[in-house]
Amino acid sequence: MRESMDYTILIGGKAGQGLQTIGGVLARLFSRMGYHVFSHQDYMSRIRGGHNFYQLRFSDKEVSSSKKKAHIIVALDLTTIELHKEDLEENGIIIFDAQSVKQTFTGQEYLNVPFDKIAVENGGDKIMSNTAAIGAVLGMLRLEMTLLEEIIHTNLKKKGNDIINKNILTAKAGYQYAINECTQCSFAVSMPGKNGNMLIDTSQAVGLGSIMSGCKFYCGYPMTPSTAVMNYIGSKAQEYSIVVEQTEDEISSINMALGASYGGVRSMTGSSGGGFALMTEGVSLAGMMELPVVITLAQRPGPATGLPTRTEQGDLLFVLHSGHGEFPRVVFAPGNPEQGLYLTNKAFDLAEKYQIPAFIITDQYIADAQWTYESLDTNNLVYNDYRLRSSEGEEAESAYKRYSFSEGAVSPLAVPGDSKRLVVLDSDEHDEDGHMIEDAEMRTKMMQKRLFQKLPLIQQEIEAPFYFGGEKPDIVVTGWGSTYGIIKDAVMSLSKTQNIAMLHFSQIYPLPLYEHFDYLKILSEARITICVENNATGQFAYLMRAETGYKFTHNINHFDGRPFLLESLTGEINECIERL
Amino acid sequence: MNALSDYKGQEPAWCPGCGNFPILETLKTALFELGMESHQFTIVSGIGQAAKLPHYLKCNTFNGLHGRALPPATGMRLVNHEMPVIVTSGDGDCYGEGGNHLIHAIRRNINVTLLVHDNQIYGLTKGQASPTTTEGVVTKTQPFGANASELNPISLAIGLDCSFVARGYAADSVFLKSIIKEAITHKGFALVDILQPCVTFNKLNTYSWYKERVYHLDETYNPYDRAEAFKLAIKPPDKIPTGIIYKNNKLTFEERISILKESPLVKQGFSLKTTLKELDTFY
Ligand SMILES: Cc1ncc(C[n+]2csc(CCOP(=O)(O)OP(=O)(O)O)c2C)c(N)n1
Ligand SMILES: [Mg+2]
Repeated sequence: MRESMDYTILIGGKAGQGLQTIGGVLARLFSRMGYHVFSHQDYMSRIRGGHNFYQLRFSDKEVSSSKKKAHIIVALDLTTIELHKEDLEENGIIIFDAQSVKQTFTGQEYLNVPFDKIAVENGGDKIMSNTAAIGAVLGMLRLEMTLLEEIIHTNLKKKGNDIINKNILTAKAGYQYAINECTQCSFAVSMPGKNGNMLIDTSQAVGLGSIMSGCKFYCGYPMTPSTAVMNYIGSKAQEYSIVVEQTEDEISSINMALGASYGGVRSMTGSSGGGFALMTEGVSLAGMMELPVVITLAQRPGPATGLPTRTEQGDLLFVLHSGHGEFPRVVFAPGNPEQGLYLTNKAFDLAEKYQIPAFIITDQYIADAQWTYESLDTNNLVYNDYRLRSSEGEEAESAYKRYSFSEGAVSPLAVPGDSKRLVVLDSDEHDEDGHMIEDAEMRTKMMQKRLFQKLPLIQQEIEAPFYFGGEKPDIVVTGWGSTYGIIKDAVMSLSKTQNIAMLHFSQIYPLPLYEHFDYLKILSEARITICVENNATGQFAYLMRAETGYKFTHNINHFDGRPFLLESLTGEINECIERL
Repeated sequence: MNALSDYKGQEPAWCPGCGNFPILETLKTALFELGMESHQFTIVSGIGQAAKLPHYLKCNTFNGLHGRALPPATGMRLVNHEMPVIVTSGDGDCYGEGGNHLIHAIRRNINVTLLVHDNQIYGLTKGQASPTTTEGVVTKTQPFGANASELNPISLAIGLDCSFVARGYAADSVFLKSIIKEAITHKGFALVDILQPCVTFNKLNTYSWYKERVYHLDETYNPYDRAEAFKLAIKPPDKIPTGIIYKNNKLTFEERISILKESPLVKQGFSLKTTLKELDTFY
């Protein structure tokens, strides 16, 4: 059997050099050609300079993680060559423009492509040097140019035909240059021969999920890496009639989102790190008022402002406990865009069904990472309006009690102004009408209703974790949220030689019931169980221990602000196996 | 049509003689005279003695967090701009804990009526200095006197070109009612700073202290002149003008959002089907 094709391209340079454009166009191109693509970004917290890179992997089989080693490195600056030349695969090639990096390199693995000169000669402007680079990469891979021309047409539609034609000429010249000069290029690219795939990142998927769930109000305050969701929803706000507001701070965001929810629509807010920390009193308010709200947290490394543009899974326990007092919530952590779409929809559904705050937690790595799909399933998306609405004031106002005990755990939530029902919400403990009280008996009854009566209902909604492996695995690698793809790729490759399985949680809290799938049994019977987390203290392992009493035999924790890469994770899993 | 007694809510838990009582009664009368029935408007409040008001007046109520009344009021208006929204707040709630929201609510010009029960003290927490406490006033928490100079909400609001800025006095019910009615019907953000004696914790700004200083602005005063209004606002407080000090007719926040032109957001339907085409944009 032929080894499947699996190439990695790394584009490195300074902020502002357009490496995202090059990476983005290539990723789109490969997915349209029908390849599977996975990309991730590594950038510094600055607008100009520094060292950033965009890494993409494309293959004729599914890929869901990044590798350390690259086959093609597009170096837009000298630092990229210095930092990444060790990461070059055997027979890999670094392309660079000797004139612009002001140094030249010789040897099989280097190819000097005069991006600037090609751009000036064919497009009349150095600004098109990135187009020359894209053309050169295609030439090195001996892929066809037609789709690139199409993409240039769509991307530059607003700029007019002259610019489009100049870019096409430049791309073609870069392409031809690589065909002629890269005699050492030996990449064997298969034609996928299928329809094009969609290319989507998890921020877009969460934004899309909220639009598809009938979200009508989004507010937030800019903070990397959460802003992408707000930008996505903002770009669709006119078309789908959504109010998107940038608030004065995150405290305002959560309170405004709750005001919107009170007004009768589905609302959402989101932030990262310290911005979410500011929201926590409002999270508690949602719990007390029993107001639906969806909150997305795109994690970044802390404490404090931490590593602003980097990645970590360091806020799981914080989210679980955010907000003073005791109240129910659900916490989801999608592991890819597909789960992002589905779980955002589910978060909106459960938030409104049970009148609780629902969380979607991502992190910089998974928020930015792009995946390809032939299509995304929308049959599992739901929209139910759980609110008590009416257009005529058919009922006497005194008959409605916002926190009525008569309907069990969930009291009907009316919409102020659409009937004579008065909707009274209070942040203090209250009676059925919503008015402040202090007596012990009412307090106890309200806690029973709000917390204990809801919890078992919510728990029934939580689905089994993702499991991949045999019935009696020796080794189980467990993760949550953003590590889904990397664990899957690692376990797949190790399963050739080991009896190894993967267990992944994306519906994290409440933890799934064993009756859906007995993950505790699988774990207890395995010889080696490893919990992989992108944090220092093993927060999910802690949660498992606290909730189930189960302790993993091994933990793999990274807290350097960088995502896991396939070679290193596979190596670390192997070490755990050998250590035993 | 309704009766004044229809607005009666829970029994107030304020101190006897509290300046909040006349404010509550005046607000009820104003609403009654404007023909606004209980289910037709919403009162949003934060935390404090003043912020308890919506429990004492039958209405749609969002009694949220300390300092955070304006954000939910804004959220409510953006979702349903046919719903009149009144915020009742204290000087600590609104000028202290929630100061940032005040600045930005004024900038947005969201069509909300903000009534600040300004007793120049923290009432609920038993008598600490508030942003409007007179410099030098001694409290349990400020035994050497409040060291910061007092905030002037009127000049602050005029400085921000707030759409409607007024000052009233709790014990001057008839005049206060006319101000509140104008504030509610004004299109745009309306701030009414209401001087409110606190009989328990504020021994300086008493009923008699206010009585000596408060006067009405007469018909000759032009509230559309911002520079004049500012001059008036920064005059030394030996005489305190009450009435509408400044107003303008700028566009409201709601009016500037085009998707709200046809109907309030809450009345716009949703169908999952119409969104399915979004998937195509990712190919
Ligand atoms: C976040 C937060 N901080 C502090 C408090 C305690 N607290 C409640 S009301 C209040 C101040 C009340 O003063 P003001 O807003 O002037 O209202 P008043 O009682 O004078 O009407 C304080 C400090 C709180 N409830 N929440
Ligand atoms: Mg006060």
